[in-house]
Amino acid sequence: MSVKVKTLDDLTLPPPGADSPLSTQEYFINMGPQHPATHGVLRLLLRLDGENVREVIPVLGYIHRGIEKIGENSSYRQTIHLVDRLDYLSALMNNWVVSMVVERAAGIETNDRIEYIRTIMAELQRLQSHTLWWGVIGMDLGAFTPFLYGFRDREYATDIFEETIGARLTMNYIQPGGLMNDIHPNFVKRTKEFLEYLKPKIDEYDELVSGNAIIQKRLVNIGILSAEDAISFGTTGPVLRASGVPYDLRKIEPYGVYGKVEFDVAVGQAGDSWDRYIVRVMEMRESVKIIEQLIDNIPEGDYMTVKVAKAIKPPEGRYYGHLETARGVIGCFIVSDGKDKPYRFHLRTPNFNNLWCLTKIAKGWKIADLVAIASSLDIVIPDIDR
Amino acid sequence: MEKAALLETITALIPNAKVIEEGVDRPAIELPPAHLPEAAKLLHDTDDFAFDMLCAHTAIDRIDDGKFELIYQLYSTKFHHYLMLSVKVDREHPVVPSVSSVWRIAQWHEREVYDLFGVLYDNHPDLRRLFLEDDWQGHPLRKDYRDDFMLTME
Amino acid sequence: MTAFSSFLFNYLNGVTANVYEPVSVATRAAEVWAHEPWLAIGWLALGMAVMLGFLVVIGMGLIYGERKIAGHFQCRLGPMRVGWHGLLQVIADTLKLLVKEDVVPAKADKVLHVLAPVLAIMATLLALAIVPATPWFQLIDVNIGVIYVTAVGSIGVLGVLIGGWSSNNKWSLLGAMRAGAQIISYEVSATLALLIIVLFAGSLQLSTIVESQADGWWIWRSHLAGIVAFFTFLIASTAELNRTPFDLPEGESELTAGFHTEYSGMRFAFFFLAEFINMFVASAIAATLFLGGWMPFQIAGLDGFNAVMQAIPPGVWFAVKTGGLIFLLMWFRWTFPRLRIDQLMGLEWKFLLPVGFVNLLFAAVLILMGWYFAPIPA
Repeated sequence: MSVKVKTLDDLTLPPPGADSPLSTQEYFINMGPQHPATHGVLRLLLRLDGENVREVIPVLGYIHRGIEKIGENSSYRQTIHLVDRLDYLSALMNNWVVSMVVERAAGIETNDRIEYIRTIMAELQRLQSHTLWWGVIGMDLGAFTPFLYGFRDREYATDIFEETIGARLTMNYIQPGGLMNDIHPNFVKRTKEFLEYLKPKIDEYDELVSGNAIIQKRLVNIGILSAEDAISFGTTGPVLRASGVPYDLRKIEPYGVYGKVEFDVAVGQAGDSWDRYIVRVMEMRESVKIIEQLIDNIPEGDYMTVKVAKAIKPPEGRYYGHLETARGVIGCFIVSDGKDKPYRFHLRTPNFNNLWCLTKIAKGWKIADLVAIASSLDIVIPDIDR
Repeated sequence: MEKAALLETITALIPNAKVIEEGVDRPAIELPPAHLPEAAKLLHDTDDFAFDMLCAHTAIDRIDDGKFELIYQLYSTKFHHYLMLSVKVDREHPVVPSVSSVWRIAQWHEREVYDLFGVLYDNHPDLRRLFLEDDWQGHPLRKDYRDDFMLTME
Repeated sequence: MTAFSSFLFNYLNGVTANVYEPVSVATRAAEVWAHEPWLAIGWLALGMAVMLGFLVVIGMGLIYGERKIAGHFQCRLGPMRVGWHGLLQVIADTLKLLVKEDVVPAKADKVLHVLAPVLAIMATLLALAIVPATPWFQLIDVNIGVIYVTAVGSIGVLGVLIGGWSSNNKWSLLGAMRAGAQIISYEVSATLALLIIVLFAGSLQLSTIVESQADGWWIWRSHLAGIVAFFTFLIASTAELNRTPFDLPEGESELTAGFHTEYSGMRFAFFFLAEFINMFVASAIAATLFLGGWMPFQIAGLDGFNAVMQAIPPGVWFAVKTGGLIFLLMWFRWTFPRLRIDQLMGLEWKFLLPVGFVNLLFAAVLILMGWYFAPIPA
């Protein structure tokens, strides 16, 4: 066999003084799989020189559940339940992307009501995800209080989901051909209340964290990801937009009813941690704007357009569809052989691509910066491992 | 660029590319493995397409044909157009050239495909298993993969 | 024995005025040692017992207070389940820590691993001994009190360093090295700030410094120099205490738990308790030097007002001032994010230290020229 396959044992330390003017001995250290800063079972193998990060080697697979393999043995409706467990903070968007691809493959039509509800739900979830992220970045930078503020505000949205969907995290709500059930009678009222509640809270976020001198010292000009690198690493979502690339599928290829609403795409300039931070805070305001435009105009209609009992059998072919989750573009690639189960079920997840730019941008910074940068990438580990 | 025009330009530039008409939902071409690196470089660098982003890369185990079909989903942030690249390799000797020098992210997508399908990538800077342990036997996403822990529905 | 019992009687019945002139427990013991050795031992035993009780009460009180304050800062209630408003939670936690398994890592340096928390808590206890809580209660009134308190404070960092090193864990070592660098650096600024008050008061003895503030606390009698010194000391002592925004040695989101990652059970509790007692000591020292310790608030000329202020027992004054500073430290902790190690060092060496030196010079000039609010002769 001509191709050499490596293992982790092949890693070696350079001789003392190879990377720095001082002749210090570098060392490896495991950040994770159990570590407070990795938010899950991510293992980062760090090569350090004192506090300075020389190399970041992500070691994955600690939460690899083989969703793609299970997907090959599940019907199209059952795969919906699997994708909730990818990026659990964007569960609805994950549901939606599979539904979208299956609908297109099988030629299932949806109605306006379904699309309105899907869009509102997705934006609510984006808000929910971003409020949580905002708290987490505070905690990663050493301020514990924002974490609880973020959770407090997220709770509000979670309650709305619970009322309509019955679940708080893994939603299983959007399915091929419509929705699992209709919205709760209180949904519109409570969503409006939530928006009124959240708007001043986003200002509070700015006062409490964005304006803090220490936060700015810890984020501005740290971990700069240039636009070329961001594209080459295949990053998407707020990470890519913070580097100055206005790539937002909601705008470029409007799905759902994004084509009917007015909103701006938040774009950063420098691509540093601060831009990634502020882009997300701006996105929260945009999401509020989107929901406000839609919430009063949900048209009447049925919440399902196909019978649940009917097995979905798309014609033979390769189908790829994608949409924008809170963290970036999730793509779903389905190969159908005409049966009721996909022949191949592949998911292109945003965090997988976003993670790898860490290997470049964290290099040369301190451990504390590595934590801040990783937090500004907003990584959800099950989404990487699948 | 429109789908037809895009495919026409690409086939003019890359003579080995064969347009896939059936069973795809976006512009797609098929390439022989040997021509993959130069074609990738052309697709990435030529200003007319500027496919600067590799959205996804994966494989399909076509066990009935004895082939692995490698799929590259390309996207251009400049022109907002897509291209699906398909490369078929022999299932017994699955060696393809790596495109990680063109798109950085390919390095990790290729590691994933190696891990789960056992496709070997030539000129890959760091070909290691990505998800499974280094001493894992077999490649789970192959259709003929079996191990002692698997639950199968018959 | 009569002196002792009458003192005890007064003490327990709540002495409200300065019945006894400021004299430390150690002094009392030394006075009677020659003719009544048992009485001397009684005094010392009483001092130790009270100190031990004090330590436990302060430690637990601060932990409860911190949790409650943090809870209310964060829109929640804090401990509520055990006892009335969670009052017994701390006792439950202490019991839990006491019965927990004490894990010593297999490859740790066992002797040092055991020694480190003892060193850490010993340093705080030694510092606690000279805090003049009230005129009648101070364990030892060392005549070089200010030097003593900074010197003893440095033993604490030894505990942290040894603890981190002996754990044989890279995260612990990183935390310990951060602690070493940080505490040693910030001690310079803290000491410089204390020196300014020493200059003004003309003494290193804490009881004398307190008495010198009978007509006004140093923080405003020495106006600009005192205020700058106070804030320098506050920042530097926050850093010495390893509390947010300077909690890098623990840095839980970076180093899991820093130097005490490998500690569990009672040994962890020692580090934990040492942190809280240290916070009390630092606040007490700041209150003593800058805010007049147990001295009541006095305005020269307003005799009626002064009489009212003097009616408040000195212990209350001391507790309120120290408590206020502790609250401030807790407020910092639940508001600020953490600095990075190089920013932390930059803050000390490039900002606080120059400011401290300039301030010391400025204070010297003030004293030389007599440009501060001198005590008004009675």
